[in-house]
Amino acid sequence: MHTVAQPIASPGDDSVASDTVQDERATASRWLPRVLLAPAVSTLFLWMIVPLVMTLYFSVVRYNLMQPGPTEFIGLANFHYFATDPDFGPSVINTLLLLGSVIAITVLLGTGLALLVNEPFPGRGIVRVLLISPFFVMPTANALLWKHMMMNPIYGVLAQVSQFFGLTPIDWLTDHPLLSVIVIVSWQWLPFACLIFMTSLQSLDREQMEAARMDGANALQRFWFLTMPHLGRPVAVVVMIEMIFLMSVFAEIFTTTGGGPGNASTNVAFLIFKQALMNFDVGVASAGALFAVLLANIAAVFLIRLIGKNLDK
Amino acid sequence: MTRTDILPLAVRTVSAWTATLLIVFPLLWLVLTAFKTELQAIAVPPELFFTPTLENFGEVQQRSDYLLFAKNSLITSLGSTLLGLLIAAPAAYSMAFFRTRRTRDVLMWMLSTKMMPAVGALVPIYVLAQTSGMLDTLTGLTIVFTMSNLPIMVWMLYSSFKDIPPEILEASRMDGATLWGEFRHVILPLGMGGIASTGLLCLVLSWNEAFWSLNLSSAKAGTLAALIASYSSPEGLFWAKLSAASLMAIAPIVVFGWFSQKQLVQGLTFGAVK
Repeated sequence: MHTVAQPIASPGDDSVASDTVQDERATASRWLPRVLLAPAVSTLFLWMIVPLVMTLYFSVVRYNLMQPGPTEFIGLANFHYFATDPDFGPSVINTLLLLGSVIAITVLLGTGLALLVNEPFPGRGIVRVLLISPFFVMPTANALLWKHMMMNPIYGVLAQVSQFFGLTPIDWLTDHPLLSVIVIVSWQWLPFACLIFMTSLQSLDREQMEAARMDGANALQRFWFLTMPHLGRPVAVVVMIEMIFLMSVFAEIFTTTGGGPGNASTNVAFLIFKQALMNFDVGVASAGALFAVLLANIAAVFLIRLIGKNLDK
Repeated sequence: MTRTDILPLAVRTVSAWTATLLIVFPLLWLVLTAFKTELQAIAVPPELFFTPTLENFGEVQQRSDYLLFAKNSLITSLGSTLLGLLIAAPAAYSMAFFRTRRTRDVLMWMLSTKMMPAVGALVPIYVLAQTSGMLDTLTGLTIVFTMSNLPIMVWMLYSSFKDIPPEILEASRMDGATLWGEFRHVILPLGMGGIASTGLLCLVLSWNEAFWSLNLSSAKAGTLAALIASYSSPEGLFWAKLSAASLMAIAPIVVFGWFSQKQLVQGLTFGAVK
């Protein structure tokens, strides 16, 4: 039996831990976070700043990779050259067409598919797994799969199917280069949109749906007033993410059409590549790159705002 | 059973399966063709029933030294994943447990570096690689892959570290754990799921990476993505071989992808969709 009053341990009492560990912690928590963050922040900073500064520099000098070292300062001449390149206008249009079409196809079809597989049915697990597969196929394999096995005008599957129906096969890559690229890229990204929407639909409020159904709302009304608003945010996210990544579509074009007959399937990214690594004109390519970065920044600003809102939750 | 649609089960099942098979058909065709002979592969009308052969897989190796490219893909993917985790984990730990007013801005900034088109950095990176002799080297590629994936890795690790209940950390501190001990015995086991899926995602992204592979590498450090691209217009009959090569190149990653679906949604949408 104790007669000496024992102090009651209070929540902030550190007496269980050794004093040295506590001291260690106190000082550490001042510099530790910064030290831990340092590698990531500094490497990313370099990764961002160095190319940017170099691009800015290259864009105002005359520099061809076949000639040693950058030479004279030529002001905005590279920008002028890039913008007046006869391929420039078409490449911008192609980029916009590519972006718009792929986004439209993936969002519309993706929504439809997600709705279709939202409710249970036999084999649903396998269907979901199958549906997301195209996204994991590497872009070059995807491109060649379509170029040779599907779109070949003689032996390709599409050709054989149209022959079966008595139609003349279409020579996709020669006659419709941009459309072919759109098909290839859409096929790759459809699972992405589908997966996002499937995930989002899972969090749809079932009780609300049931209540609406009991109140007499038909399927179309339930879709329009309940499902659609719920999908609003994922659709916005998908659109923005695709805008950012599709701007740089390159491998598919490189492997199939090489820019298409003439510039029919050249987008801005491919045009920059052509300038840099085929014409070896680093100056002009850099001017073009700044333009592409500017475009991307516009999309990124909106996406950042959306993410920021989410981070606060 | 609560239903949000009007179509009866049978109709939905049939339409879902039809749509799926149509969409996935090219992949299924690829798998079939990989086991055909070249003549069977270009047969008109296409053969559905045939005796499978493994000859293509061997020929691909002879013709284009498949194993070298596979090794390069493996090294660059694993290397960039490990390096990425080494850099990203401490950063994520710092932001999750030592959160300041600037944490959010730092995170947003990191994500924004991922949003810039790769082609914007093509010229300087190429010039840098050329002058430093890193062109067509595994080291160069690994570094580029790491930096490409770093923002997403930091983000995903941050998300999963945040989910660790702070009370457990408090408890371990009260028991006198040092910082390193805390990391080893609390963070690591509890965050292992997030770390694993972040790693998986990085693996997938690096393996499929085509832009930098095509531009910065060729005969020595080329990855599978670049090898497949070289089948763009070879001579002679090659469909079966292309299918075999592609199948070998994509199969592991498609399987990985199946396992990392959820993390993919988180990672690629930067967490904007739950």
